[in-house]
Amino acid sequence: MQTKNEDYSVRQSNGYIIFYAAVLTVVCGGLLAFASQSLKPLQDANVELERKQNILATVIELKDGDDINAIYAARVKESVIDASGNVKEGVKAADVDVVKEYKKNPTERLLPVYEFRNESDPSKVDNVVLPIYGFGLWNDIWGFVAFKSDLNTIQGVKFQHKGETPGLGARIESEEVQERFKGKSVFDGDVLNSVVMQKGEGNDYSNDPHKVDGMSGATLTAKGVNNMLLDYLTCYKGYLKKNQQNVSLNTNL
Amino acid sequence: MSTAVAEVIEKKSEPLFSKKNRKLITNPLDIDNPITVQVLGVCSALAVTTQLKPAIVMTIALTVVTASSNVIISLLRNTIPSRIRIIVQLAIVSLWVIMVDQLLKAYSYDLWKQLSVYVGLIITNCIVMGRLEAFAMGNKPGPSFLDGIGNGLGYGVILLIVGFFREVLGGGAIFGFKIFEAMGVHYKGNGLMLLPAGACFIVGIVIWIQRSLNGYRESH
Repeated sequence: MQTKNEDYSVRQSNGYIIFYAAVLTVVCGGLLAFASQSLKPLQDANVELERKQNILATVIELKDGDDINAIYAARVKESVIDASGNVKEGVKAADVDVVKEYKKNPTERLLPVYEFRNESDPSKVDNVVLPIYGFGLWNDIWGFVAFKSDLNTIQGVKFQHKGETPGLGARIESEEVQERFKGKSVFDGDVLNSVVMQKGEGNDYSNDPHKVDGMSGATLTAKGVNNMLLDYLTCYKGYLKKNQQNVSLNTNL
Repeated sequence: MSTAVAEVIEKKSEPLFSKKNRKLITNPLDIDNPITVQVLGVCSALAVTTQLKPAIVMTIALTVVTASSNVIISLLRNTIPSRIRIIVQLAIVSLWVIMVDQLLKAYSYDLWKQLSVYVGLIITNCIVMGRLEAFAMGNKPGPSFLDGIGNGLGYGVILLIVGFFREVLGGGAIFGFKIFEAMGVHYKGNGLMLLPAGACFIVGIVIWIQRSLNGYRESH
């Protein structure tokens, strides 16, 4: 490859090599640091927008071109609760890092709650959206569960994953699978039954409020989803139960 | 067939799309294909071909990175100390890959979410390093750019073939559209096709067909 001999010997000297490596490192490092710093605000805005979009997508159908920030600001009320269901004052839901909380003991977690208010009567809560987090087959899975105003029936779910197998476990991200959770309920009286994804695919569970059809070839991811739901619904049980009573009181009045 | 030794194309003021340079794009599509002939980048060909969409995205990302790294290395080729040339190449490739990743995250977040894993994989993709070492180190930026584009596309052709068969046989779909269901046929996906082994079979069959068409004989 080398054609010019005098060039070649200079390029072999240790001094030149060290100099070359140093300059290369500084230039590459500088470019990357600059790119990372200057793009960070845009990237953070994207992450925040996605969070809001995911919360909204569990309760309403978003169309292309919807102003997500505006809808979110108008209709979602954020709060943070503890495991017994009491509201934690002074903590913002946006500041709670669900990943960090997930690693804590379940009874010590800070739990964000997103109440989706009625469009015409903002004092009425149409839906409650709860974030969930867990572990699938290969890596973390997470998402949101939205309840109807009875805090028992599932309005919709949204799952995401980091590294589930494409075509198998990664299907938890698809509409088709998430659709199966709609209309299921998690409580049987006072008992938390959660919703359990079954093994095998193509079975009809429409009569059982606590079972959903499984994903062929992804039983372990389904197990992760089941554990995640049970884990977080247990955390939120206090809150859900307390507010269920409020709802029934209101309807009685 | 082997490209272990850099093919040196040195001619003063040759037009960029001369006959010889056009070959840099067309050869990798067939007789000098990076996957089936040079046997580079097979690892990622197994990883991203369970469905067609990631295969296409990976093709585009790899083509961009190979072409641009080829140009940079070609520009620097007379200054790079040969004892650390691999590290230098690696640094340039990583720089491009991280740049692409960061720009996608800022300006095209949806796309980034789908690709970020695959974009990261490009750093370890042997095609990029292989072309830098075998071509860009010995050739001018123009031909190096074309070589990068050609190899990216050659890689893409195989990815699409493999991705097509894996998605159809494994998931019964094309681009996520369930074709068998649409035709009213019940089709149970073949799980083997979704595993890396499925890709090995298909790549093997592609090599077989290609070699018998090209009349390739193993030399002893």
